[in-house]
Amino acid sequence: MPARVVILGGGVGGTLAANLLKKELGGEANVTVVDSTGMHIYQPGFLYVALDQANALWLARDERTLLRKGVELVVEQATRIDPSRQTVELAQGGTLAYDYLVLATGSRLDRGAVAGYGDTHDFYSFEGALRLREELRRFKGGRILVGVAGIPYKCPPAPVEFVLMLEEYLRKRGIREKSSVTLLSPLNRAFTIESASKLVQPIFDKQGVGLTTFFNVESVDTAKHTVSSLEGETAEYDLLVLVPPHRGAAVIEASGLGDAGGWVPTDRDTLQHKSFERILAIGDATDLPISKSGSTAHFEAPVVASRIASFVRGTAPKTAYGGRVMCFLETGGGRATSLRFDYTHPPVPPKPSRLWHWAKWIFNRAYWVTIPQGRVG
Amino acid sequence: MTLTETEVTRTIDARGMACPGPLLALIGAIRQGQTGDTIAVLSSDAGSKSDIPAWCAKAKHEIVEVVEVSGHARFVVRKTH
Amino acid sequence: MTVTVARVLDCKRLSCPLPIVKTAQALRTLAAGDLIEVLATDPGSVKDFAAWSKVTGNELVGTSQADGVFRFVLKKKG
Repeated sequence: MPARVVILGGGVGGTLAANLLKKELGGEANVTVVDSTGMHIYQPGFLYVALDQANALWLARDERTLLRKGVELVVEQATRIDPSRQTVELAQGGTLAYDYLVLATGSRLDRGAVAGYGDTHDFYSFEGALRLREELRRFKGGRILVGVAGIPYKCPPAPVEFVLMLEEYLRKRGIREKSSVTLLSPLNRAFTIESASKLVQPIFDKQGVGLTTFFNVESVDTAKHTVSSLEGETAEYDLLVLVPPHRGAAVIEASGLGDAGGWVPTDRDTLQHKSFERILAIGDATDLPISKSGSTAHFEAPVVASRIASFVRGTAPKTAYGGRVMCFLETGGGRATSLRFDYTHPPVPPKPSRLWHWAKWIFNRAYWVTIPQGRVG
Repeated sequence: MTLTETEVTRTIDARGMACPGPLLALIGAIRQGQTGDTIAVLSSDAGSKSDIPAWCAKAKHEIVEVVEVSGHARFVVRKTH
Repeated sequence: MTVTVARVLDCKRLSCPLPIVKTAQALRTLAAGDLIEVLATDPGSVKDFAAWSKVTGNELVGTSQADGVFRFVLKKKG
């Protein structure tokens, strides 16, 4: 009787875990991915679409085309998980039973959590990136502020990348003289990783990108064009771009499987739910204080797949997640750096170079035929 | 050596987690928590010793204690408002 | 009026911009003059398809609605 493995979420973590599980277990397991839209979105592309550097059509593909033959895809919203009965309820009425459940449900944006958010722009969603693209096309000059309205948020490099690439965009449009760009950082520096922050600060200075530190966005007044921080400061803008607050998926919260933010309490090594050993979590969905990024999900997925394969076969799991993450950080002007680290090795980012910018470019272009299928380790 | 650890509302183990780092994890927990909550953050990052007190001073939250043990430090912060 | 469509695309329960993205991707596989029928539930899709049709030149041949489902028929330009 094949084991039943159900994976909620068809993003990079869920897709890769499903493919690796099917490859390893074959007929020993029925592997089912449940995804609410059936469309796999390449989220690192939002930034490029917003800045008119990439076509929106590049960002999405049918999830079915990314899954191995033999992996079942159910395009439905999962509404409730019952860990005691080991079932998942679906919006259109069906129920799936599982022996092992993988929560790869990502994060969702919660704009409503910010008082006065209104129609403030973001590049953290597909429609946000398109709307911002149109706004920037119309923009004739002014004061641009980019801030963070909630923690945790995915892709810590993105706000830094955005302001540096935006500054370049304004120059190409010939409106740089009439504009200013300022990053409102939640920290006392530009970026989370101190060594990388030291690399980008001179670029901020050279390109005239402003940095306001310890500014955690609390509220917006779209009528007065001001944004205020929980540290008690207020700033004025002509164009505001925010990273909206993030929370865990609705099904996690509805099932009582998450913490106050909807994040799954997860063991940092085994990636198991701290209360339910048959439930594992990948990527944004976890409560681990590590980067919420595709890279994290990419490195976690093989660990989850091999551990579940061991459970199915009744053998002792041999793999653990060592905290590995690998991200690029664009620094403008056709340059980038790379951030590689794990639980025991802090990052030592190289000086920004064209090499890393091209590496990211190649990664972006090759994504659809390499990453979700597990063709790149 | 054992010390009685101050009881807290929530503990975040950010040891070995370079990004987004212990300070952002603390800020997130403060934003999420209730007034009066105490949050403990475990950090192996040397910078936390100055970063965390600097933010607490600016945002006006109270550092209850900092305990250093081998390889990491435990920061306990109370959300005061 | 019945029309023969080359493809029916189910975009129900997808929100902006996925119905447009799926439609644009599907149109690439069709021949000039082919008709595509798109079903959507996102109320914003009415405005989206009208605007997209104008911008891209893929004519919006018909729009209808029944039981909360919008039906768009578009003709690939060329």
